[in-house]
Amino acid sequence: MNWDQIIEFSLRSAFGSEAIVYAMAAIGLNVHFGYTGLLNFGQAGFMAVGGYGIAASVTTFGLSFWVAVPIGILAAIVFALLLGAPTLRLRADYLAIVTIAAAEIIRIVVGSVSLQEYFGGRDGLQEFNDSFVAINPYDSSVNMVLFTLRPNDAWVFTVGWIMVGLACLLVWALMRSPWGRVLKSIREDEEAVRSLGKNVYSYKMQALVLGGVLGGIAGFLVALDQAAINPENFSTDVTFFAYTVLILGGAARVLGPVVGAIMFWFLISVLGNFFTQATAGDNPLISPEIMTGTQASLVRFIAAGLGLVLLVIFRPQGIFGDKREIALDAR
Amino acid sequence: MPADTGTGSTAATDSSIGTAKAAAILRDVAREPGAKKPDSILVADGIRRQFGGLIAVDVGHLEVQRGVITALIGPNGAGKTTFFNLLTGFDRPDTGSWSFNGRSLDGVAAHKVARLGMVRTFQLTKVLSKLSVIENMRLAATGQSGENFVSALLPMRWRGQERANTERADSLLARFTLDTKRADFAGSLSGGQRKLLEMARALMVEPELVMLDEPMAGVNPALKQSLLGHVKTLRDEGRTVLFVEHDMDMVRDISDWVVVMAQGEIVAEGPPADVMVNPVVIDAYLGAHHDSDISVEAEERRLAAERDAGSADDAQHEETPA
Repeated sequence: MNWDQIIEFSLRSAFGSEAIVYAMAAIGLNVHFGYTGLLNFGQAGFMAVGGYGIAASVTTFGLSFWVAVPIGILAAIVFALLLGAPTLRLRADYLAIVTIAAAEIIRIVVGSVSLQEYFGGRDGLQEFNDSFVAINPYDSSVNMVLFTLRPNDAWVFTVGWIMVGLACLLVWALMRSPWGRVLKSIREDEEAVRSLGKNVYSYKMQALVLGGVLGGIAGFLVALDQAAINPENFSTDVTFFAYTVLILGGAARVLGPVVGAIMFWFLISVLGNFFTQATAGDNPLISPEIMTGTQASLVRFIAAGLGLVLLVIFRPQGIFGDKREIALDAR
Repeated sequence: MPADTGTGSTAATDSSIGTAKAAAILRDVAREPGAKKPDSILVADGIRRQFGGLIAVDVGHLEVQRGVITALIGPNGAGKTTFFNLLTGFDRPDTGSWSFNGRSLDGVAAHKVARLGMVRTFQLTKVLSKLSVIENMRLAATGQSGENFVSALLPMRWRGQERANTERADSLLARFTLDTKRADFAGSLSGGQRKLLEMARALMVEPELVMLDEPMAGVNPALKQSLLGHVKTLRDEGRTVLFVEHDMDMVRDISDWVVVMAQGEIVAEGPPADVMVNPVVIDAYLGAHHDSDISVEAEERRLAAERDAGSADDAQHEETPA
C-alpha cells in the first residue's frame, strides 16, 4: 500500500481539471437550482453546447480560437433561451423534463453518423486548441507543492481556477444585490414575487441563461483539458455528479460548489486509488474472492453514493449550508 | 407618517372619522347588485370564468368605491378567490372586461397589475421563508435599479436607493410591530405575524388599492384586533381596500360596503348593517339564526319545539309503518 501515491493522486484530482470542470458546472447549477429553484437536469447539455461550440468553430469551420470562444458562449445563451421560452411559464417540473431530454438530444446529435463531418461522430473533435497552447507561459513541469503538473496541465489548471474564481466573484456580486434577492424570492414563492410587481418570467430566463453560460464555460474547460472532445464527455451522469458536488458543498452558497467539487473528487479519487491498490499485486490486501481489480474501480462510486446518503441524512444543508434554513422546510 | 398611528387612541379616533366619511360617500349609492359608485377605482363588467362544467365566476357588473373598505363575502365556493385572481391577473376570465383607474386590465400580466398600484395578498400566506423579514420587505420596493442585471454589479447605482427602501421598510415594520423580528427568517414567524408581514410587504409597493384575501384566516384573536386596526389605517391614509373574508365580526366591524357573492354571481350590495338583514343574503349565506344570540333560554325553547314536533312525527310514524 503506497499511501503517498494515493494522497498525491487524490490531491491532483481534488485540485485538478476534474474538480475545476465540476466546480464550474456546479456554480452554474447553483444559479439555477440553489438560488432560483430552477430544476435544470441538463447541465451536461449546456457543457456540450459550449465545448462543441469552440471545437466545431475551429476544427470544422476553421475560425480563430478567439472567435470560437464568444461563439461557444452565444451557443449556450441560445440553448438557454430555447429551453426556457416554452417551459419557464409552466410548473417547475416541466423544465426538468425538457432539460434532461434536450441534453440527451445534443449528445446524440453531435455523436451521430450523419453529422460526422461537422462534429466528428463518436470520435469527437481534436486540434482546436493550438492558439490556447501557444500562449502557455509554462515551458517545464510545475511543482504545485503537493503535486507536479506537466506544462499543459498547469496552464489549464491556472486558467481554470482563474475562471472559477471569477465566476464565484460574479455570483457573489449578483447574489448580494437586489437582482439576486429577486432570484432567491422566486425560489421561495414565485406567485408572491409576481404579486409584488416583478416580472418573474424574465428573471427566471436571466438565471437560466447565466447558469447555462457558466455550464458552457465548464464545457470549454473540458475541451481544453483533454485537447479533444467527444459525446461521452457529456453524458447524463455528468449532470448528476454536478448536482452531487453542489449539494455536498451547500446549495445557495457562493463557495459551496467549489468546496463540494474539491471534496467530491478527493473522496472519489482516494477510494478509487485505495481499492485499486488493495486489489492489485500477487498478494492483495483484499482477496480476489471478495473483490477483483475490475470491480475495484466501481466500488468507489458505491462508497461515494453511500457517503452522499449519509450526508443528506446527517447534514442536509451541505458543508456550508445553514441548518436553520433546512429546519424551516419541516414546518 | 406611519409612526403617528402607533398609539391605540389616536388610531381609534382617526378610524371613526374615516368610517363616518366613508358612510357619507356611500350614502346615496343604491343598495343593489352592480350599483354605481360616485368614484370607482375598479370597474368589472361581464366577468365570467368557467372550469369545465362549473361556472365559477359570473359577475355582471361591479364597481369598487375609492377610499373605502369594501368586503367581498359569500359562502364557500362562491367564487370570491377566483374573482380575486381574475381581477389581479393571476387567472384569465373567459369573457369580460375590467379596469383600474380607467385603464383596462384585460390581458395585463399580474406583475404589471401590481405595478399599476393594485396589490394583493394571499389566502394562504406567501412569505419568502428563507429570506429574513427585512429582505422580504426590501424585495417589494418598486423601481429598484439594482434589480437590473448590469446595475446589480455596480453597487454605487443601488446602494442609496437600498438605504432609503430599508428606512421605509423599517418604519413599516415598526408600525406592524414586526421590528423585533427584523433579522429572523420569515419562515419562523407565526401565522398571524405572516399575515402582518404580507400586509406590510404589500404596502412597500405603495398600492392605491390593497386586495386582501382572507386576512383573518388562521390569526389568533389577540392579533385580530391589531390587524383590524391596520386595515382601517390603510383606508385612513387614503388607500382603497377590497377584502375577502369569512369572519363576520370583522366584516361588521370594519367594512364600509359589503358585496355578497353566491355561486359565482353578485347577489347583494350595501352597507354591512343592511346586507346582514337582506333576505337574499340570509338565504344564500348567513342562515336564519345569524343575528340571534344563543342563550340558554332560547336554546331550551328551540329544543322544546323540536321535541313537540318530534313526538308528533313519532305518532305519525306509528300510524303509518314504513
